[in-house]
Amino acid sequence: MTTFPIDKIRADFPILSEKIRGKDLVYLDNAASCQKPEAVIECMNHVYRHDYANIHRGVHTLSVRSTDKYEAARDKVRAFINAASVKEIIFVRGTTEAINLVAQTYGKANIKAGDEIVITAMEHHSNIVPWQMLCEQTGAVLKVAPMNQQGELIYDAFETLLNNKTKLVAVVHMSNALGTINPVKKIIDAAHALNIPVLLDGAQAIPHMPVDVQELNCDFYVFSGHKLYGPSGIGVLYGKQALLEAMPPYQGGGDMIRTVTFEKSTYAGLPHKFEAGTPAIAEVIGLGAAIDYLNDIGMTNIAAYEAELLDYATEQAKQIDGLKLIGEAQEKGAILSFILNKIHPHDIGTMLDSLGIAIRGGHHCAMPVMEFYGVPATARASFAMYNTKQEIDVLMEGIKSLIKVFG
Amino acid sequence: MFEDLRDLYQEVIFDHNRNPRNFRIIENADRKVDGFNPLCGDRLTLYLKMDGDRIADASFQGSGCAISTASVSLMTEIIKDKTEAEAEALFKTFHEMTTGKSEDIQLEAVGKLAVLAGVREYPARVKCATLAWHTLDAALKNQHEAVSTE
Ligand SMILES: Cc1ncc(COP(=O)(O)O)c(C=O)c1O
Repeated sequence: MTTFPIDKIRADFPILSEKIRGKDLVYLDNAASCQKPEAVIECMNHVYRHDYANIHRGVHTLSVRSTDKYEAARDKVRAFINAASVKEIIFVRGTTEAINLVAQTYGKANIKAGDEIVITAMEHHSNIVPWQMLCEQTGAVLKVAPMNQQGELIYDAFETLLNNKTKLVAVVHMSNALGTINPVKKIIDAAHALNIPVLLDGAQAIPHMPVDVQELNCDFYVFSGHKLYGPSGIGVLYGKQALLEAMPPYQGGGDMIRTVTFEKSTYAGLPHKFEAGTPAIAEVIGLGAAIDYLNDIGMTNIAAYEAELLDYATEQAKQIDGLKLIGEAQEKGAILSFILNKIHPHDIGTMLDSLGIAIRGGHHCAMPVMEFYGVPATARASFAMYNTKQEIDVLMEGIKSLIKVFG
Repeated sequence: MFEDLRDLYQEVIFDHNRNPRNFRIIENADRKVDGFNPLCGDRLTLYLKMDGDRIADASFQGSGCAISTASVSLMTEIIKDKTEAEAEALFKTFHEMTTGKSEDIQLEAVGKLAVLAGVREYPARVKCATLAWHTLDAALKNQHEAVSTE
């Protein structure tokens, strides 16, 4: 911890010196979206001031410059998750679009009536609804692997759901509502033993730990740029090349074709086959800058620092009377979901906001998780690499004071 | 510590949150409508006992934040013995008060409900205060589908 350059990191994020309602901002809503470092803001600024034009379309200098930077960012993403080829990196709008893409292309082509798709009880709505839609369209059946009171996947129950009807497993790598980190390697190995492909929803995991898609051997890995200190409106679908090659395109249009006649069009190769239309050019390049920034710090260092933050926060939270943690998995990322006796999360949110503390209160797009715990909502403090123990102290003092006020 | 919030969380609101009034089921209710705020998961069920076009009794069940609990609790008190037309008029005034559309709202016209005027400054919380009233509106119009603030 002594070597983690926290002061420098904090100085790199301009918004952290913002005052909220007259107080120092304590930003603990990172699971919803992370703040951006100067490097990303400046990079996008530079793109629009010096490099911007449409990509893959012109011979003029700016188009070439912009195309080079766009494709360079693709290679940064590839290296960041250790994919074998840039052909396996598809830019999309975010995690949600990536999952919908897989459901509507891979899913429609490979999943039929009576087939089964396995998810878990702790999925975000974006890893539930696209599969429900696919099931409605095809007659396939959605199976849900249960979790225990700590918010951990009941692994044996998951495994018994796998059979020769299972055509896909889609699992969250790290839960946004609970912080749980799933045993994804084990899940993938078990599914592969039955030739079932696995999609990992990496929206939460990606900013908190090193991810190596080849080592995991997952078939699809999806995440959003905005939770990785990058811009919103951009995300990544990683897919194994052979799977992507075999999948039909998602949307039709410019950039995704090789030839078009009114009789028939042929499609471009990977990755362009899945990138119809003008993409979020500056956002892709900005995501590349976020990845450069993170590589300088090192994901392993970030994971270690955040583990200390989480341990500290958990310890402090447990000392507060009337506070109950929701999600106490052994393997857990930097998320503290909690409820307070007789105080609704929205009241907690408004009260803490008046102290400059940003947390989220709500169902966190995981209504089935709320139902499991029998609560309408939880309060959630979610940490990032720029948070500090002092900020956790401010949070805990805030919670104690609001408990007093509510009496 | 929470000085800035005094306009929002007045003592009356804490009081109604701790001890909600008319928090019960009316067994032979004439109207029963569910209200739901998908944003925060608040749910309530509103019961009305009518006597002609007069609200003879009103009660609720459910759980929500302090603002929504206080709002529905206060509402069940104030609408009792009002005619449907009077209750609808209150709904309109309340709505204007909380969404701040009308500058010169007559706070006297809403009586005790004025304690909820503070939500105007907290756009994220307006729906907490208005859920009860949208549910009442549906009940008065004799709609049976659940009401959603979305
Ligand atoms: C686990 C998880 N999956 C999916 C998503 C959806 O991401 P996005 O809204 O960026 O598409 C989120 C973000 O809230 C998430 O936390």
